[in-house]
Amino acid sequence: MTASPRILATTVPERRVPPLGGFSPTFLALEIRRLLRNRRTMVFTLIMPPAFFLLFGGLSQNYQHQSVGHGNVSAYLMISFAVYGSMIANTSAGASVAIERALGWSRQLRLTPLNPLAYIATKVLTAMVMGAISVAIVFAVGAFSGAVQMPTSAWIISGVIAWFCAIVFAAFGLFMGYLLPSENVMQILGPVLALLALMGGLFVPLDVLSETLRTLASYTPAYGVGKLARAALLGDGDLLGAIVNVVVWTAIFGAGAVWRFRRDTARV
Amino acid sequence: MELTAPESPARPRAAAPAVALRDLTKRFGAVTAVDGLDLTIEPGEIVAFLGPNGAGKTTTIDMVLGLSRPHSGSIEVYGMTPRAAVAHGLVAAVMQTGGLLKDLTVRETVELTAALFAHTRPVDEVLDRAGISDIATRRVGKCSGGQQQRLRFAMALLPEPELLILDEPTTGMDVEGRRDFWSAIRADAERGRTVLFATHYLEEADAYADRIVLVSRGRVVADGTAAQIRALSSGRRVTATWEGVTTAEAGTLKNLPGVEDVELRGDTVLVTSADSDLVARHLLTATPAHDLQITSRGLEDAFLALTADPGETR
Repeated sequence: MTASPRILATTVPERRVPPLGGFSPTFLALEIRRLLRNRRTMVFTLIMPPAFFLLFGGLSQNYQHQSVGHGNVSAYLMISFAVYGSMIANTSAGASVAIERALGWSRQLRLTPLNPLAYIATKVLTAMVMGAISVAIVFAVGAFSGAVQMPTSAWIISGVIAWFCAIVFAAFGLFMGYLLPSENVMQILGPVLALLALMGGLFVPLDVLSETLRTLASYTPAYGVGKLARAALLGDGDLLGAIVNVVVWTAIFGAGAVWRFRRDTARV
Repeated sequence: MELTAPESPARPRAAAPAVALRDLTKRFGAVTAVDGLDLTIEPGEIVAFLGPNGAGKTTTIDMVLGLSRPHSGSIEVYGMTPRAAVAHGLVAAVMQTGGLLKDLTVRETVELTAALFAHTRPVDEVLDRAGISDIATRRVGKCSGGQQQRLRFAMALLPEPELLILDEPTTGMDVEGRRDFWSAIRADAERGRTVLFATHYLEEADAYADRIVLVSRGRVVADGTAAQIRALSSGRRVTATWEGVTTAEAGTLKNLPGVEDVELRGDTVLVTSADSDLVARHLLTATPAHDLQITSRGLEDAFLALTADPGETR
């Protein structure tokens, strides 16, 4: 044991709290890198949606020659699966909070200046980046296949909407992530997402459903995003219901996430 | 080793103590985990928070770090709220378990943590100080428990905290891992960092702390140097051989002033007394006892005596 007088460890001249609650591009980049490294995420968000597009007849001669709105049925399918990919990417990025809570990583982060809101913002941005990659891949497969026909403006508008409106699923993922303290949260959410995609008319047109089911389907969370994303292709002008759908579901999931998140930070 | 540390006038004056806990209470349902705990830690001290499992050590540390809130009482860390002290990089911690992402490498984990602070030491420097430069590119999931613990230590070093808190840092480590970990901590503490570590290993508290705070059932039951804590479990034990001693003869020893306990094991008497000299003199002069031994009761005796449940209903 030393008897020499101790010198204080203050070698850092001033102690500041980082700006923006500790939000940092390095943190964001590492979050994205982690998701891209995860084999399961890769398969479900980046490979499955374009594969579904091809399997569900994206290249079928019938669909290529069947026109719908300003383009062909292949374009309709491509947009639907882009929305599906964006949905999964956003949900899994949001739901990763469940895994991090289960591991105790969120507790470790509480030992840093990172503000919980900056953490959530990083998660949402990560979700948006993953969603963008997923949409881009489906669109690239559609473009290179040569099967998809629609005006350039429709490519751009539907792509941006499929990407941006999927924020409702970032909120959904966060809410579920705080609700379900599980490392395997996506195994629970995968089937739920498939059902929501079906009800949202992403896998089959809702016209095949009965009147009652169709009305019910129009209230489910994937319906609004799907309808908005397809609007530029179909020349659909009656979008109020779809906009309300996206806004209300984002608000509901967002409020749910905030509610669970508050309880979580009170305890940790 | 000096037992009475004089107050050095050269010691830097800090405006506030490193940690000031006043009448801290935390309940979980009907269980009171921390029960009116008072504790002040001055800058530069190395303090062991020693107590059996369930004494309230981790609960207290969680509150000092702002991970949970007390039901009543106050906490100040360098005169700030715990959360503010963490945000300013004044306090950092190595927690017991969990808390690492298996899919990042060691280096990425440190880089990520560094990105969240306003200032940090360079990543390479903390990896080096924690002794994990050689495994920087390894995935965290592939690291041993000891390596993960040193990674947590590297992360804790990043903001160059004034106060480092370690919660049962060597749980689950083998002997060598434990020794390596403590030598890294010890080397670091030489720089003058204030260290508070929770442990239920007596040897760790004895070997590495300047001051031991003994907690039991959510309260501080003793506070001082290892030597002072030992002395608290009163007296010493006198052991002697006394051939053919009867229970009645041994019983008379109880009448000597200061004697607390007399035990008879065959021809050996064991006397626990506050005044061991008196017992020794008596045994050697007034009885046929010989082969006398006087031992001070260990830290373990003190630990057991001070943390024993008075009700002992379990």
